Amino acid sequence: MAVFSRAFHGRREQDPALPPGQYLTEDFPVLSAGPTPPVSADDWSFTVTAESGERHAWTWAELMALPAEEPTVDIHCVTRWSKLGTTWRGVSLDVLLEDVDTAADYVLAHSHGGYTTNLPLEDVLDGKAWLAFEFEGEPLEPVHGGPVRLLVPHLYFWKSAKWISGLQLMLDDQPGFWEELGYHNYGDPWREQRYDGD
Amino acid sequence: MAGTALRRRLGHRRLTARLVETRDETATARTLRFAVPGWPGHLAGQHADVRLTAEDGYTAQRSYSLSAPADGEFVELTVQLVPDGEVSPYLVRDIEVGDEVELLGPLGGWFVWRPEQPGPVLLIGGGSGIAPLRAMLRARSAASPPFRLLYSVRTPSDVYFAGELDSPDVTLLYTREAPDGVERTPHRIDAADLTAYGLPAAEEPTCYVCGPTSFVETVTGLLIDAGHDPARVRAERFGG
Repeated sequence: MAVFSRAFHGRREQDPALPPGQYLTEDFPVLSAGPTPPVSADDWSFTVTAESGERHAWTWAELMALPAEEPTVDIHCVTRWSKLGTTWRGVSLDVLLEDVDTAADYVLAHSHGGYTTNLPLEDVLDGKAWLAFEFEGEPLEPVHGGPVRLLVPHLYFWKSAKWISGLQLMLDDQPGFWEELGYHNYGDPWREQRYDGD
Repeated sequence: MAGTALRRRLGHRRLTARLVETRDETATARTLRFAVPGWPGHLAGQHADVRLTAEDGYTAQRSYSLSAPADGEFVELTVQLVPDGEVSPYLVRDIEVGDEVELLGPLGGWFVWRPEQPGPVLLIGGGSGIAPLRAMLRARSAASPPFRLLYSVRTPSDVYFAGELDSPDVTLLYTREAPDGVERTPHRIDAADLTAYGLPAAEEPTCYVCGPTSFVETVTGLLIDAGHDPARVRAERFGG
Protein backbone atom coordinates (compact mmCIF):
# COMPACT_ATOMS: atom_id res chain seq x y z
CA MET A 1 0.00 0.00 0.00
CA ALA A 2 1.31 3.41 -0.88
CA VAL A 3 2.50 5.75 1.83
CA PHE A 4 1.16 9.26 1.30
CA SER A 5 3.14 12.23 2.47
CA ARG A 6 0.74 14.77 3.91
CA ALA A 7 0.87 18.21 2.30
CA PHE A 8 3.20 17.09 -0.50
CA HIS A 9 2.07 18.23 -3.92
CA GLY A 10 5.17 18.19 -6.10
CA ARG A 11 5.85 19.76 -9.40
CA ARG A 12 4.35 17.27 -11.86
CA GLU A 13 6.73 17.63 -14.72
CA GLN A 14 5.25 15.55 -17.48
CA ASP A 15 7.88 15.94 -20.18
CA PRO A 16 7.59 12.67 -22.10
CA ALA A 17 11.32 12.79 -22.80
CA LEU A 18 12.00 12.27 -19.09
CA PRO A 19 12.18 8.66 -17.93
CA PRO A 20 10.19 7.85 -14.76
CA GLY A 21 11.58 9.40 -11.60
CA GLN A 22 13.85 11.85 -13.42
CA TYR A 23 13.84 15.65 -13.26
CA LEU A 24 15.23 18.11 -15.74
CA THR A 25 18.42 20.02 -15.01
CA GLU A 26 20.02 22.80 -17.02
CA ASP A 27 23.43 22.62 -15.36
CA PHE A 28 25.75 19.63 -15.51
CA PRO A 29 26.26 18.03 -12.09
CA VAL A 30 29.50 16.15 -11.44
CA LEU A 31 29.52 12.75 -9.76
CA SER A 32 32.72 10.75 -9.39
CA ALA A 33 33.86 8.42 -6.63
CA GLY A 34 37.36 9.82 -6.33
CA PRO A 35 39.65 12.61 -7.41
CA THR A 36 39.66 13.74 -11.03
CA PRO A 37 42.69 11.97 -12.50
CA PRO A 38 45.11 14.16 -14.45
CA VAL A 39 44.92 12.71 -17.96
CA SER A 40 46.23 14.76 -20.85
CA ALA A 41 45.44 14.10 -24.49
CA ASP A 42 49.15 13.54 -25.10
CA ASP A 43 49.39 10.57 -22.75
CA TRP A 44 45.86 9.26 -23.34
CA SER A 45 45.46 5.96 -25.13
CA PHE A 46 42.63 3.51 -25.62
CA THR A 47 42.97 -0.25 -25.74
CA VAL A 48 40.50 -2.92 -26.77
CA THR A 49 41.50 -6.31 -25.43
CA ALA A 50 39.70 -9.30 -26.89
CA GLU A 51 39.04 -12.46 -24.89
CA SER A 52 41.92 -14.07 -26.82
CA GLY A 53 44.30 -11.48 -25.37
CA GLU A 54 44.64 -9.77 -28.73
CA ARG A 55 45.01 -6.02 -28.22
CA HIS A 56 44.10 -3.06 -30.37
CA ALA A 57 45.33 0.36 -29.28
CA TRP A 58 44.80 3.97 -30.33
CA THR A 59 46.59 7.13 -29.32
CA TRP A 60 44.87 10.52 -29.15
CA ALA A 61 46.23 11.38 -32.60
CA GLU A 62 44.95 8.09 -34.01
CA LEU A 63 41.51 8.70 -32.45
CA MET A 64 41.42 12.17 -34.00
CA ALA A 65 42.17 10.66 -37.41
CA LEU A 66 39.03 8.49 -37.26
CA PRO A 67 35.66 9.69 -38.57
CA ALA A 68 33.82 11.55 -35.78
CA GLU A 69 30.09 12.00 -35.25
CA GLU A 70 28.09 14.67 -33.43
CA PRO A 71 25.36 12.84 -31.56
CA THR A 72 22.66 14.93 -29.84
CA VAL A 73 21.27 12.79 -27.05
CA ASP A 74 19.45 12.86 -23.72
CA ILE A 75 21.43 11.75 -20.68
CA HIS A 76 20.07 10.36 -17.41
CA CYS A 77 21.89 10.08 -14.07
CA VAL A 78 20.81 7.49 -11.52
CA THR A 79 20.66 10.34 -8.97
CA ARG A 80 17.61 11.48 -10.95
CA TRP A 81 18.76 14.41 -13.05
CA SER A 82 18.39 14.29 -16.80
CA LYS A 83 19.70 16.62 -19.46
CA LEU A 84 17.91 16.73 -22.77
CA GLY A 85 19.42 17.44 -26.16
CA THR A 86 23.10 17.44 -25.23
CA THR A 87 25.50 17.52 -28.17
CA TRP A 88 28.79 15.66 -28.15
CA ARG A 89 31.54 14.91 -30.61
CA GLY A 90 33.17 11.53 -30.65
CA VAL A 91 34.01 8.34 -32.49
CA SER A 92 31.41 5.61 -32.66
CA LEU A 93 32.48 2.37 -31.02
CA ASP A 94 31.34 0.70 -34.24
CA VAL A 95 34.44 2.23 -35.84
CA LEU A 96 36.76 1.14 -33.05
CA LEU A 97 35.40 -2.40 -32.80
CA GLU A 98 35.14 -2.92 -36.56
CA ASP A 99 38.29 -5.02 -36.94
CA VAL A 100 38.15 -6.77 -33.59
CA ASP A 101 37.63 -10.51 -33.82
CA THR A 102 35.57 -11.61 -30.83
CA ALA A 103 32.92 -14.01 -29.61
CA ALA A 104 32.35 -11.92 -26.47
CA ASP A 105 28.91 -10.90 -25.28
CA TYR A 106 30.12 -8.41 -22.65
CA VAL A 107 32.57 -5.57 -22.21
CA LEU A 108 34.17 -4.15 -19.10
CA ALA A 109 35.12 -0.50 -19.50
CA HIS A 110 38.27 0.55 -17.65
CA SER A 111 39.14 4.11 -16.67
CA HIS A 112 42.20 6.00 -15.54
CA GLY A 113 41.86 6.11 -11.75
CA GLY A 114 40.68 2.52 -11.53
CA TYR A 115 36.95 2.85 -12.25
CA THR A 116 35.20 0.06 -14.15
CA THR A 117 31.70 -0.55 -15.50
CA ASN A 118 30.23 -3.47 -17.44
CA LEU A 119 27.91 -3.51 -20.43
CA PRO A 120 26.55 -6.06 -22.88
CA LEU A 121 28.54 -5.77 -26.11
CA GLU A 122 25.37 -5.20 -28.12
CA ASP A 123 24.73 -2.06 -26.04
CA VAL A 124 27.84 -0.38 -27.40
CA LEU A 125 27.35 -1.35 -31.05
CA ASP A 126 25.03 -0.20 -33.84
CA GLY A 127 25.34 3.53 -33.17
CA LYS A 128 24.60 3.34 -29.45
CA ALA A 129 27.98 4.34 -27.95
CA TRP A 130 30.86 6.72 -28.59
CA LEU A 131 34.24 7.72 -27.29
CA ALA A 132 33.36 11.37 -26.72
CA PHE A 133 35.90 14.17 -26.54
CA GLU A 134 33.76 17.30 -26.99
CA PHE A 135 30.67 18.51 -25.17
CA GLU A 136 28.61 21.37 -26.65
CA GLY A 137 31.42 22.30 -29.01
CA GLU A 138 34.13 22.51 -26.35
CA PRO A 139 36.82 20.01 -25.36
CA LEU A 140 35.42 17.72 -22.68
CA GLU A 141 36.34 19.13 -19.25
CA PRO A 142 38.38 16.94 -16.89
CA VAL A 143 35.56 16.81 -14.27
CA HIS A 144 33.26 15.41 -16.94
CA GLY A 145 35.75 12.77 -18.04
CA GLY A 146 38.04 14.69 -20.36
CA PRO A 147 39.97 14.17 -22.47
CA VAL A 148 37.80 11.19 -23.49
CA ARG A 149 34.83 9.47 -21.91
CA LEU A 150 32.53 6.70 -22.94
CA LEU A 151 29.06 7.93 -23.97
CA VAL A 152 26.24 5.37 -23.75
CA PRO A 153 23.20 7.63 -23.47
CA HIS A 154 20.52 4.93 -23.35
CA LEU A 155 21.78 3.68 -19.98
CA TYR A 156 22.18 5.51 -16.65
CA PHE A 157 25.22 7.72 -16.89
CA TRP A 158 27.49 5.75 -14.56
CA LYS A 159 27.84 3.36 -17.53
CA SER A 160 29.36 6.23 -19.56
CA ALA A 161 32.76 5.79 -17.93
CA LYS A 162 34.82 8.97 -17.55
CA TRP A 163 38.56 9.03 -18.38
CA ILE A 164 38.11 5.85 -20.42
CA SER A 165 41.29 3.88 -21.00
CA GLY A 166 40.06 0.65 -22.51
CA LEU A 167 37.46 -1.99 -23.16
CA GLN A 168 37.94 -5.58 -22.15
CA LEU A 169 35.84 -8.02 -24.16
CA MET A 170 34.46 -10.88 -22.10
CA LEU A 171 32.59 -14.10 -22.75
CA ASP A 172 31.00 -13.86 -19.31
CA ASP A 173 29.57 -10.84 -17.55
CA GLN A 174 31.52 -9.30 -14.69
CA PRO A 175 30.17 -6.43 -12.56
CA GLY A 176 32.09 -3.16 -12.44
CA PHE A 177 32.67 -0.63 -9.66
CA TRP A 178 29.15 0.58 -8.88
CA GLU A 179 27.58 -2.71 -9.92
CA GLU A 180 29.63 -4.42 -7.18
CA LEU A 181 28.42 -1.80 -4.73
CA GLY A 182 24.73 -2.51 -5.14
CA TYR A 183 23.74 -0.64 -8.29
CA HIS A 184 21.81 -2.39 -11.05
CA ASN A 185 23.81 -4.56 -13.41
CA TYR A 186 22.22 -3.10 -16.56
CA GLY A 187 20.82 0.34 -15.69
CA ASP A 188 17.96 1.12 -18.09
CA PRO A 189 16.51 4.53 -17.09
CA TRP A 190 13.15 3.80 -18.74
CA ARG A 191 12.74 0.74 -16.51
CA GLU A 192 14.20 2.54 -13.46
CA GLN A 193 16.91 -0.06 -13.02
CA ARG A 194 18.78 1.88 -10.34
CA TYR A 195 19.75 -0.63 -7.70
CA ASP A 196 20.40 -4.34 -7.51
CA GLY A 197 16.98 -6.00 -7.48
CA ASP A 198 15.09 -3.19 -9.24
CA MET B 1 39.81 3.12 -6.19
CA ALA B 2 41.01 -0.45 -5.94
CA GLY B 3 40.14 -1.78 -2.47
CA THR B 4 38.35 -4.91 -3.56
CA ALA B 5 38.08 -5.97 0.07
CA LEU B 6 35.66 -3.09 0.60
CA ARG B 7 33.41 -4.16 -2.22
CA ARG B 8 30.37 -6.15 -1.40
CA ARG B 9 26.74 -5.94 -2.13
CA LEU B 10 24.70 -3.97 0.32
CA GLY B 11 21.07 -4.84 0.49
CA HIS B 12 18.41 -2.20 0.55
CA ARG B 13 14.70 -2.05 1.11
CA ARG B 14 11.84 0.38 0.85
CA LEU B 15 10.29 1.14 4.22
CA THR B 16 7.82 3.52 5.78
CA ALA B 17 9.51 6.23 7.83
CA ARG B 18 7.62 8.36 10.36
CA LEU B 19 9.09 11.72 11.33
CA VAL B 20 9.66 11.82 15.08
CA GLU B 21 11.86 14.88 15.60
CA THR B 22 13.29 17.83 13.71
CA ARG B 23 16.17 20.15 14.43
CA ASP B 24 17.02 23.31 12.52
CA GLU B 25 20.70 23.34 11.61
CA THR B 26 20.74 26.73 9.88
CA ALA B 27 18.12 29.06 8.42
CA THR B 28 17.93 26.77 5.37
CA ALA B 29 18.81 23.29 6.62
CA ARG B 30 17.08 20.86 8.90
CA THR B 31 17.88 17.48 10.41
CA LEU B 32 14.97 15.02 10.34
CA ARG B 33 14.86 12.04 12.66
CA PHE B 34 12.65 9.19 11.46
CA ALA B 35 11.46 5.99 13.08
CA VAL B 36 11.80 3.29 10.42
CA PRO B 37 10.49 -0.14 11.47
CA GLY B 38 12.56 -2.82 9.76
CA TRP B 39 15.55 -0.58 9.03
CA PRO B 40 18.49 -2.96 8.55
CA GLY B 41 21.17 -0.60 9.86
CA HIS B 42 23.78 1.21 7.78
CA LEU B 43 27.39 2.25 7.51
CA ALA B 44 28.47 5.79 8.26
CA GLY B 45 28.57 7.68 4.97
CA GLN B 46 25.74 5.82 3.24
CA HIS B 47 22.68 7.57 1.90
CA ALA B 48 18.98 6.88 1.49
CA ASP B 49 16.36 7.79 -1.08
CA VAL B 50 13.30 9.62 0.20
CA ARG B 51 10.14 9.02 -1.80
CA LEU B 52 7.23 11.39 -1.42
CA THR B 53 3.78 10.48 -2.71
CA ALA B 54 1.01 13.05 -3.12
CA GLU B 55 -2.61 12.10 -2.46
CA ASP B 56 -3.23 11.52 -6.16
CA GLY B 57 -0.27 9.16 -6.46
CA TYR B 58 2.27 11.60 -7.91
CA THR B 59 5.72 10.73 -6.58
CA ALA B 60 9.13 12.37 -6.37
CA GLN B 61 12.30 10.84 -5.02
CA ARG B 62 15.74 12.21 -4.01
CA SER B 63 18.88 10.96 -2.27
CA TYR B 64 20.08 12.34 1.08
CA SER B 65 23.04 11.46 3.25
CA LEU B 66 22.36 9.61 6.47
CA SER B 67 23.82 12.12 8.92
CA ALA B 68 23.97 9.89 12.01
CA PRO B 69 25.45 6.42 12.53
CA ALA B 70 23.28 3.33 12.85
CA ASP B 71 20.88 3.62 15.78
CA GLY B 72 18.47 0.71 15.74
CA GLU B 73 15.35 1.61 13.78
CA PHE B 74 16.00 5.36 13.80
CA VAL B 75 17.71 7.28 11.02
CA GLU B 76 18.62 10.94 10.61
CA LEU B 77 18.78 12.84 7.35
CA THR B 78 20.08 16.38 7.06
CA VAL B 79 18.56 18.31 4.20
CA GLN B 80 19.68 21.61 2.69
CA LEU B 81 16.96 23.69 1.05
CA VAL B 82 17.32 23.97 -2.71
CA PRO B 83 15.17 27.06 -3.36
CA ASP B 84 13.72 25.85 -6.65
CA GLY B 85 13.80 22.20 -5.64
CA GLU B 86 10.85 19.86 -5.58
CA VAL B 87 11.57 17.67 -2.55
CA SER B 88 13.88 19.65 -0.25
CA PRO B 89 11.41 22.52 0.36
CA TYR B 90 8.92 19.96 1.65
CA LEU B 91 11.49 18.30 3.91
CA VAL B 92 12.96 21.56 5.23
CA ARG B 93 9.75 23.61 5.53
CA ASP B 94 6.56 21.55 5.35
CA ILE B 95 6.87 18.08 6.81
CA GLU B 96 5.77 17.79 10.45
CA VAL B 97 6.33 15.27 13.21
CA GLY B 98 4.04 12.31 12.59
CA ASP B 99 4.10 12.63 8.79
CA GLU B 100 5.27 9.67 6.74
CA VAL B 101 7.58 9.24 3.78
CA GLU B 102 9.04 6.17 2.11
CA LEU B 103 12.71 5.50 2.63
CA LEU B 104 14.84 3.31 0.37
CA GLY B 105 18.18 2.32 1.73
CA PRO B 106 20.83 2.09 2.85
CA LEU B 107 22.55 2.93 -0.44
CA GLY B 108 26.12 3.39 -1.53
CA GLY B 109 29.06 1.33 -0.41
CA TRP B 110 32.05 3.45 -1.38
CA PHE B 111 31.86 6.72 0.54
CA VAL B 112 31.63 4.82 3.83
CA TRP B 113 33.71 4.30 6.94
CA ARG B 114 33.73 0.86 8.51
CA PRO B 115 34.80 0.55 12.15
CA GLU B 116 37.08 -2.39 11.32
CA GLN B 117 38.88 -0.35 8.66
CA PRO B 118 42.50 0.24 9.68
CA GLY B 119 44.26 3.58 9.62
CA PRO B 120 43.51 7.19 10.46
CA VAL B 121 40.70 9.16 8.88
CA LEU B 122 40.75 12.65 7.44
CA LEU B 123 37.32 14.17 6.84
CA ILE B 124 37.01 17.39 4.84
CA GLY B 125 33.56 18.87 4.34
CA GLY B 126 32.26 22.00 2.67
CA GLY B 127 28.86 23.42 3.60
CA SER B 128 26.14 20.77 3.61
CA GLY B 129 28.84 18.22 2.74
CA ILE B 130 29.33 17.84 6.47
CA ALA B 131 26.29 15.51 6.74
CA PRO B 132 27.86 12.10 5.94
CA LEU B 133 31.10 13.13 7.66
CA ARG B 134 29.22 13.85 10.87
CA ALA B 135 27.90 10.27 10.76
CA MET B 136 31.48 8.99 10.43
CA LEU B 137 32.75 11.22 13.23
CA ARG B 138 29.99 10.01 15.53
CA ALA B 139 30.45 6.36 14.55
CA ARG B 140 33.98 6.22 15.89
CA SER B 141 34.73 4.84 19.35
CA ALA B 142 37.57 5.19 21.83
CA ALA B 143 39.29 2.29 20.09
CA SER B 144 39.08 3.89 16.63
CA PRO B 145 42.14 5.22 14.81
CA PRO B 146 42.76 8.99 14.83
CA PHE B 147 40.08 11.11 13.16
CA ARG B 148 40.42 14.66 11.97
CA LEU B 149 37.63 16.84 10.58
CA LEU B 150 38.09 20.04 8.60
CA TYR B 151 34.81 21.82 8.01
CA SER B 152 34.65 24.74 5.60
CA VAL B 153 31.75 27.16 6.17
CA ARG B 154 31.05 30.71 5.10
CA THR B 155 30.02 32.22 8.43
CA PRO B 156 29.23 31.06 11.99
CA SER B 157 25.51 30.97 11.16
CA ASP B 158 26.17 28.42 8.41
CA VAL B 159 27.55 25.77 10.77
CA TYR B 160 25.59 22.51 10.90
CA PHE B 161 25.67 20.45 14.11
CA ALA B 162 26.92 23.44 16.08
CA GLY B 163 27.53 22.44 19.66
CA GLU B 164 28.84 18.97 18.84
CA LEU B 165 31.92 20.08 16.93
CA ASP B 166 33.82 21.54 19.88
CA SER B 167 36.66 19.03 19.84
CA PRO B 168 40.42 19.26 19.29
CA ASP B 169 39.94 16.92 16.33
CA VAL B 170 37.64 19.39 14.57
CA THR B 171 38.68 22.60 12.84
CA LEU B 172 36.15 25.02 11.40
CA LEU B 173 37.56 26.87 8.41
CA TYR B 174 35.54 30.05 7.88
CA THR B 175 35.63 31.43 4.36
CA ARG B 176 33.83 34.78 4.77
CA GLU B 177 33.35 35.66 8.41
CA ALA B 178 34.80 34.08 11.55
CA PRO B 179 33.60 34.45 15.13
CA ASP B 180 35.60 36.47 17.65
CA GLY B 181 38.64 34.68 18.97
CA VAL B 182 39.41 32.76 15.77
CA GLU B 183 42.89 33.70 14.64
CA ARG B 184 42.73 32.30 11.12
CA THR B 185 41.72 35.03 8.67
CA PRO B 186 38.64 33.91 6.73
CA HIS B 187 39.63 32.37 3.40
CA ARG B 188 38.96 29.30 1.33
CA ILE B 189 40.77 26.12 2.34
CA ASP B 190 44.36 26.01 1.11
CA ALA B 191 47.50 23.90 1.37
CA ALA B 192 48.55 25.63 4.60
CA ASP B 193 45.24 24.63 6.22
CA LEU B 194 45.82 20.99 5.28
CA THR B 195 49.28 21.11 6.82
CA ALA B 196 48.13 22.89 9.96
CA TYR B 197 44.90 21.02 10.69
CA GLY B 198 44.87 17.84 8.59
CA LEU B 199 46.82 14.60 8.83
CA PRO B 200 50.11 14.13 6.98
CA ALA B 201 50.19 11.90 3.91
CA ALA B 202 52.88 9.82 5.62
CA GLU B 203 50.26 8.58 8.10
CA GLU B 204 48.23 7.30 5.13
CA PRO B 205 44.81 8.43 6.27
CA THR B 206 41.75 7.50 4.28
CA CYS B 207 40.44 10.87 3.10
CA TYR B 208 36.74 11.59 2.67
CA VAL B 209 35.87 14.82 0.88
CA CYS B 210 32.27 15.98 0.55
CA GLY B 211 30.77 19.22 -0.69
CA PRO B 212 29.99 21.19 -3.82
CA THR B 213 31.87 20.12 -6.96
CA SER B 214 34.26 23.08 -6.99
CA PHE B 215 35.12 22.49 -3.31
CA VAL B 216 35.73 18.78 -3.87
CA GLU B 217 37.88 19.44 -6.94
CA THR B 218 39.97 21.96 -4.99
CA VAL B 219 40.40 19.80 -1.91
CA THR B 220 41.15 16.54 -3.71
CA GLY B 221 43.76 18.44 -5.74
CA LEU B 222 45.34 19.85 -2.56
CA LEU B 223 45.41 16.37 -1.00
CA ILE B 224 47.14 14.84 -4.01
CA ASP B 225 49.61 17.73 -4.18
CA ALA B 226 50.37 17.07 -0.50
CA GLY B 227 51.28 13.48 -1.35
CA HIS B 228 48.10 11.60 -0.49
CA ASP B 229 47.56 8.51 -2.65
CA PRO B 230 44.55 9.12 -4.98
CA ALA B 231 43.40 5.57 -4.14
CA ARG B 232 42.86 6.69 -0.54
CA VAL B 233 40.85 9.78 -1.47
CA ARG B 234 37.10 9.27 -1.69
CA ALA B 235 34.77 11.97 -2.89
CA GLU B 236 31.11 12.81 -2.80
CA ARG B 237 30.05 15.82 -4.85
CA PHE B 238 26.84 17.75 -4.35
CA GLY B 239 25.39 19.26 -7.48
CA GLY B 240 27.12 21.47 -10.00
